[in-house]
This record gives sequence, C-alpha cells and structure tokens, in this order.
Amino acid sequence: MPSEPLFWQRFDICGRDFVGAGKASITIKGILREIGVSSSLIRRAAIASYEAEMNVVLYATKGTMELKVTPKDIRVMVEDEGPGIPDIELAMREGYSTASDEIREMGFGAGMGLSNIKKNADDFIIRSLVGKGTTLEITFRL
Amino acid sequence: MKLEEVNRILNCQVITGDDKLGEEVKVGCGADLMSDVLAFIKPNALLLTGLTNVQSVRTAEIAEVIAIVYVRGKLPDKDAIELAKEKGIVLLCTNLPMYESCGRLYQHGLAGGSELQEGLRDAKRATLLATL
Repeated sequence: MPSEPLFWQRFDICGRDFVGAGKASITIKGILREIGVSSSLIRRAAIASYEAEMNVVLYATKGTMELKVTPKDIRVMVEDEGPGIPDIELAMREGYSTASDEIREMGFGAGMGLSNIKKNADDFIIRSLVGKGTTLEITFRL
Repeated sequence: MKLEEVNRILNCQVITGDDKLGEEVKVGCGADLMSDVLAFIKPNALLLTGLTNVQSVRTAEIAEVIAIVYVRGKLPDKDAIELAKEKGIVLLCTNLPMYESCGRLYQHGLAGGSELQEGLRDAKRATLLATL
C-alpha cells in the first residue's frame, strides 16, 4: 500500500520562460531543507528536479512538477505537453542532444540532462508519447 | 582556496559579494554548458564560465556553488547580478580566457572535481613531496 504523503505540492512550468526557469526546483530545495532531509539527498533531488524542469522549459509548451514526500521517499513527478521523445534509449545516452542553437546559447543541451537525473535518483521512470508529451517519475529513498 | 586569492590570481573585477572574499572554495569547475556543470560539479565549488545569463546563477544555487568567475571579460546580465545578490553568490569577472583561468588556479592548488572525489590531489602531493 502506498504511504500517506507528509507533504505535497504542485508547480506549473511554462515553456520558454527562461527567466523563471528553475524556480520550482529552488522551492523544492527549500522545502526539503525545512523538512530536515540530509544535505547530500537535497543536492541530488535539487539537481534532478532542475534538469527535469529545464527540459520542460526548453522543449515543451507547458508542464507541471509535483513534489510528494512520504515517510519512505521523496517523489518528483514531471508531466509536460510537448513533442515527446521518439527514442528514449537514445535520449538517455550521455552527450546525445536534439537541442537547437538557441537552447545551447542558454547554456543547456549538453545531452547530460536525462542521464544526470537517472544518476541522482534511486528510481527513475520515463514515459513519452510523440506529439503528446513526456512524464518523469523520479524517486529518492529516505 | 580563499576567494581573495582567486581574485588576485585571476586579476578579477568583483561584480557582487566583495564582503564575502574571505570565503573558501574547495574545488574548481570550468564549463559553459550548465548540464555539464550539474553532472560534474562538487559542493562548495568555484564555477568558471562564459555563460552570463541568469541560469548561470540559478545553476550555481542548485549545485551549491560559492562563487562564479566569468571568463573572457564577459559580464553577467542584470538578472544574473540581482539573483546573485539575493542568494549571496559571489560574482567575479576576469579578462583571462577559460583555459588560462583554470590553469592558473590549478597551478596554485585549487583541486579539480575528480581529485576531490578520489583524494587524488593529496596523493599526488604526497608522491611529489616524497621525491624532494
């Protein structure tokens, strides 16, 4: 049976909002600090959330990010409406990127995002439907 | 390495945080792509970058970077400076290019991320001292 959440919050993410990009992840970082999560776990969760949030800003029209904290884990769910990922295995490879020059000028599109999320998470599930969007479920065990 | 040393070695201009130059950085990381920074940087780092937008500071905040040095004489934009002031992140600027900036700091003993992880810098130093 899933554990009852101790904390839950949802954030809206706006595609192409380069100035606001990252604010949800910064808020998540602050919440986890207030809850008393260890600094190394906060760092992993913040980095993974930020990468996921940036992916929505850079590639999708809009999306949501949901933080759920239970006695057992921290879960970050990200859902976007966007182009989707045709080949997830390829997209997970370090260095693989479909980023435009504009995105690279923003300092992103190194092809490290998804693999970096996986590296920092304890569990990472990604689902995508081309032309519809992508869903990420990122879990950190407490 | 204290930030005042970084400031001296790279002949920097302090953009914000001149009251924090006594703070110490444990490791250096040079990159222009923020995903590379997020993938490789260690806590309490000095970030050297040519990326001057607000995302350089936001990435620094996420990755627990103490200070950013903008290389090649680039100055950060207004949003980046405002965010850095708000978050207490020190911003410096040097006219030196990336390679020379990293090289000078490394030469003066600021470790790289892989060395910090493995304790290699200390091992290298111990070997060097043993040969003297």
